[in-house]
Amino acid sequence: MGLLSKKDAKLITDPLADNNPITIQVLGICSALAITAQLKASIVMSLSVLFVMGVGNVVISLIRNIIPSKIRIIVQLTVVAALVIIVDQVLKAYAYSLSKELSVFIGLIITNCIIMGRFEAFALGNGPWKSFLDGIGNALGYAVILVIVGFFRELLGSGTLLGFKVLGDPIEKTGVYAIGYENNGFMLLSPMALIVVGIIIWVQRSRNKDLIED
Amino acid sequence: MSNKTDSNVYTVLFAIGMVIVVGALLAFTAASLKPTITKNVELEKQQNILYAMGVNENDESSANFVSTDVAPELFNKYITKQIVIQDGKVTENDEAYLIDIKKEKAKAKGDASKRRLPLFIGEKDGQTFYIAPIRGKGLWDAVWAYIAMDENMVIQGAYFDHKGETPGLGANIKERYFMDDFIGEHLLDSEGNFKGVDISKSNADPLNKDKTDNEVDAIAGATITGDGVSAMIKSDLSLYVPYFKNLNN
Repeated sequence: MGLLSKKDAKLITDPLADNNPITIQVLGICSALAITAQLKASIVMSLSVLFVMGVGNVVISLIRNIIPSKIRIIVQLTVVAALVIIVDQVLKAYAYSLSKELSVFIGLIITNCIIMGRFEAFALGNGPWKSFLDGIGNALGYAVILVIVGFFRELLGSGTLLGFKVLGDPIEKTGVYAIGYENNGFMLLSPMALIVVGIIIWVQRSRNKDLIED
Repeated sequence: MSNKTDSNVYTVLFAIGMVIVVGALLAFTAASLKPTITKNVELEKQQNILYAMGVNENDESSANFVSTDVAPELFNKYITKQIVIQDGKVTENDEAYLIDIKKEKAKAKGDASKRRLPLFIGEKDGQTFYIAPIRGKGLWDAVWAYIAMDENMVIQGAYFDHKGETPGLGANIKERYFMDDFIGEHLLDSEGNFKGVDISKSNADPLNKDKTDNEVDAIAGATITGDGVSAMIKSDLSLYVPYFKNLNN
């Protein structure tokens, strides 16, 4: 790759699959369960986390040498909290109905373990560019799972994707509904997100035996 | 870490500096986005009021507002009159929908006559709707609603919302199956006294066929939210009773 050295590229590609924050490190599960009933909410949540992770990792990395070690966790929290409030305000201003839907979960990005985890484990010890790549990589790894789960839950639960009726109309019985297909309301409930994440973990580990722990 | 960053003085100074920088940044963001956010809240109120009187884009099972692009236009078209009732006196006020019910309720604690009661009068297909905004407490936080009634205080439509009720339980007050149950319910009993609508766990009428029993079926697992909604309907809508009595005389 011309733009990125091999090592840098690994920072982005690793969290996408073999070191995925959700399926391998099992971080950030709570938001993955809560907001994935619709694809749109998953995408917005992913973008919000992408922004917070990318910028947050750079900020922490830039000030890593001047952060007093006694209060470093508080400093990290302040940085995340400030970024999350900015995201929240921007959503309220430009995507109001969506921000109501995501409601508390935007605020809960602060508690998303992926973010604090990457600050502590990576940004505190590496330069801004590497930290930026690490942040983006981990946020993308989170996003991939969110979008996959959101895709299946919306498709099977509501028969729509991003609000479009891709499977036909359940009331007028067109498309697949004409042959007796029904939406599975269970898909819309949080437990199904856990099961979908479980299936992803299963598929991933059966394809890559190295990931299986004894 | 070097020794410099370990000293107490440095730590305190760093903390102070950080708070000032972050505070300034957030204050700037909040101040510059405030007009857009206020506008969104206003549009949402218009959408809620229109929803209650049946101007919405509902399909079979979900609740959908009219889009924000057309909300102000439709609001002007369907809402023919906005009035404010204060201490028995009725005045017309074109910005009654902007009245903050939370603040009015706080004012009424000292002196009930200080509370302004907004009421929106809408016309659709030859029918007149009287839409009242009400507000109360659920389990975790505020719940509020817009109730559309006819001149006999029979509910014609309702929109419920909440700030932080439990998802899947109390939060279901804003689902169609709950809100639609209120349509046709009488707020007065057969003698014309105000009774409100109870969210009942034992009304033996889960399909809500009896519209004059002053009861709708509760949501399982949302007792306190339901009680809050009942209490809100009783306390806030009863204030409008004199207006409706006057209207019919």
